[in-house]
Amino acid sequence: MTLLPSSPTPRKLGLVIDLDVCVGCHACVISCKEWNTGGYGAALSDQDPYGADVSGTFLNRIHTFEVLPEGGQVIGEAGEARIVHFPKSCLHCEDAPCVTVCPTGASYKRAEDGIVLVDESKCIGCGLCAWSCAYGAREMDLAAGVMKKCTLCVDRVYNETLKEVDRIPSCVRTCPANARHYGDLGDPGSDVSRMVAERGGYDLMPEQGTRPTNKYLPPRARKPLAASAGSAVLAENTDGAKGFFAWLDGMLDRI
Amino acid sequence: MHPAPSIILFTTLSGLGYGLAAVLGLGLLDASTLSVKIAHLAAPVMIAGGLLSSTLHLGNPQRAWRALSQWRSSWLSREGVMAILTFVPLMISAWFSVIEGRYLPAAGLIGTAMCGITVFCTAMIYASLRSLQAWNTGFTPLCYLLFAAAGGFLLAAVAGYSSGTGGTVCAAIAALFVVAAWIAKHQWWTRLRTLVPLSTPESATGLGNIGHVRLFERPHINDNYLTREMGFKVARKHALKLSKIAVIAGGAVPVLLLVVAMLSGVGAVTIVASVLAVGFYALGLVVERWLFFAEARHAVMNYYGG
Ligand code: SF4
Ligand code: SF4
Ligand code: SF4
Repeated sequence: MTLLPSSPTPRKLGLVIDLDVCVGCHACVISCKEWNTGGYGAALSDQDPYGADVSGTFLNRIHTFEVLPEGGQVIGEAGEARIVHFPKSCLHCEDAPCVTVCPTGASYKRAEDGIVLVDESKCIGCGLCAWSCAYGAREMDLAAGVMKKCTLCVDRVYNETLKEVDRIPSCVRTCPANARHYGDLGDPGSDVSRMVAERGGYDLMPEQGTRPTNKYLPPRARKPLAASAGSAVLAENTDGAKGFFAWLDGMLDRI
Repeated sequence: MHPAPSIILFTTLSGLGYGLAAVLGLGLLDASTLSVKIAHLAAPVMIAGGLLSSTLHLGNPQRAWRALSQWRSSWLSREGVMAILTFVPLMISAWFSVIEGRYLPAAGLIGTAMCGITVFCTAMIYASLRSLQAWNTGFTPLCYLLFAAAGGFLLAAVAGYSSGTGGTVCAAIAALFVVAAWIAKHQWWTRLRTLVPLSTPESATGLGNIGHVRLFERPHINDNYLTREMGFKVARKHALKLSKIAVIAGGAVPVLLLVVAMLSGVGAVTIVASVLAVGFYALGLVVERWLFFAEARHAVMNYYGG
C-alpha cells in the first residue's frame, strides 16, 4: 500500500552524514554498489561498461561543491572558498512523495522503522517516483526496468548471520573517514541523535516538505589560511630553534 | 525534464479523444448520422491509442494492471482506474449511436463527466509534484481541461459539419474554448517565467550560510538516469519562439479557420476549414506539450549544476 504509515514510525532508522569529515573518496559509492548488486532485488546494472559512454545504477553518489563566501566574484576576493564533498543517498523521508505517487504499491515505507523500499516484483518501471523525489535518490535500472534506491542496507542491519560489527549499512562500514553514521533518529538518546543535536544537523531542502530522516552535519568553521601561517614549515628562518637544532644552525652558518 | 515522445503523444492524443467523447456526450450532434457514428468510434480509439503509447515507456509493461491498485494515494493510479471506467459509458453511447442511431442522455452525460475527471487526474499527476515547481500549480489541470474541451469541440465541429447539423454550434463553442485555453496557458507561462525557485543549490546542500554554492564536480563524468531524464534544458530564446509557434498554430490559425467555417455555414468549405483547424490545433498542442516538459526544471538539478 502506498499510503504512508498513519502514525509516526516508532523507530526512524537513517544516516547522519558529516560534511566536515567527508574527503570525497567515493569508497562508500563502490561499497554500496558492490553490496547491493548482489543483495536486495535485481543487480545494479551498468550500460556500456567498457565503452566510452559508460553509465550505471548507483544508490549513493558523491557530489562536490565549491562554496564561495557572499560578495566575492572570484575566489579569494571576499574570503576563502571551500570545497565540500557531499554524499547523497535516499533520506528515508517521513512524508515521502515517492511512496504516495506510486500507482502499484511497489514503493512503501515500513511502519516499524521508517525505511523506504521498493518491492521490485510489483514495480512497473513508470519512473514517477523518481520524478517526485527532489533529491535524486531513485534511479531506474535500465536492464531490469525497475526502480532502485538505497535500502538502508535492510539486508545487513537485521542480518543475524553477519557479525555484530557488520550489522550496519555497507557505506557506513566502509567509510575510511567515518563521515557516515547509522542509527535511530527517532530516539533522542541515540548516538546519531546526540550528534545531530550537538553539531546542528539539518535537513536538505526542508521547503520540499518531505521531512527527511537523514541529517547532514555542517562543515565546521575553518581557520583562515593566514592564521595558519605561523606554523607554516616552509618559512625561511630558524629564529625559534633550540637545543641541537640551534647548535646545528650556528655551525652551518659558520661553515 | 526530458520530453519523451511517448508521453507527449499520450497526453495529446488522449486529451483530444476525451475531449471529443465528452462533447459527443452532450448530445449536440445528430447521433444517427454517419460522421457522428464514426466520431463515437474514433474517440475511444484515440484514447486507447494514447493509453497504449503511455505504456511504451514502462520498464515492465506486463505488470501494468498493478497500477490500478493505489487509487487512494496516487494520481497515476486514479487516472488508470478512471480511464478504464470511462470506457463503459463511452461504449454504451457508441452502441446507441452506431447501432440504434440515437443519443442516450444518461450514458452521454455520465461519459462527459467521467472524461473530465480522467483528464483532471492526468493533469494532477504532474501538478501534484512539488519537485517540479513549474507544474505544481492549479493552472496545470485548468490548462489540460481547457485544451481537452477545445480539442473536443473542434473535432465535434468536423463531425457536425460533415453530418450537416450542429457544426456551427460546435465551431462557435470551440473558438471560445481555444481562446480560453490559450489565455490559461499564457498565465501558466507567465507564472513559470517569473518563478522564484523554491529550491536552490544552497537549500539543496544546506551550505547557503557559508556562501554561494556551485557544483565543482559531478558524481560521475558521464550522464546517468537522472541527468538523462531530468537534465533536459531548452534555451530560453527557443522556448519563447516555440511558445509563439504553439499559440499561432494551436490558437490563432484554428480560430480563423473556425470563423471561415462559420461564415460559410454549409458545404465543403466548412468541412475543409474545420479539418484544417483540427490539424493546426493538434500541431500547436504537440509543441505546447513538448515545452511543458522541456521547460520544467527539476529540483534535483540543484545537485547537478543544471
Ligand atoms: S529521499 Fe527521495 S526516494 Fe528517499 S524517501 Fe525521500 S523522496 Fe523518497
Ligand atoms: S517506478 Fe515502480 S516504484 Fe516507482 S512509482 Fe513506478 S511502479 Fe512505483
Ligand atoms: S545504506 Fe546501503 S544502500 Fe543505502 S547508501 Fe549506504 S550502502 Fe547504499
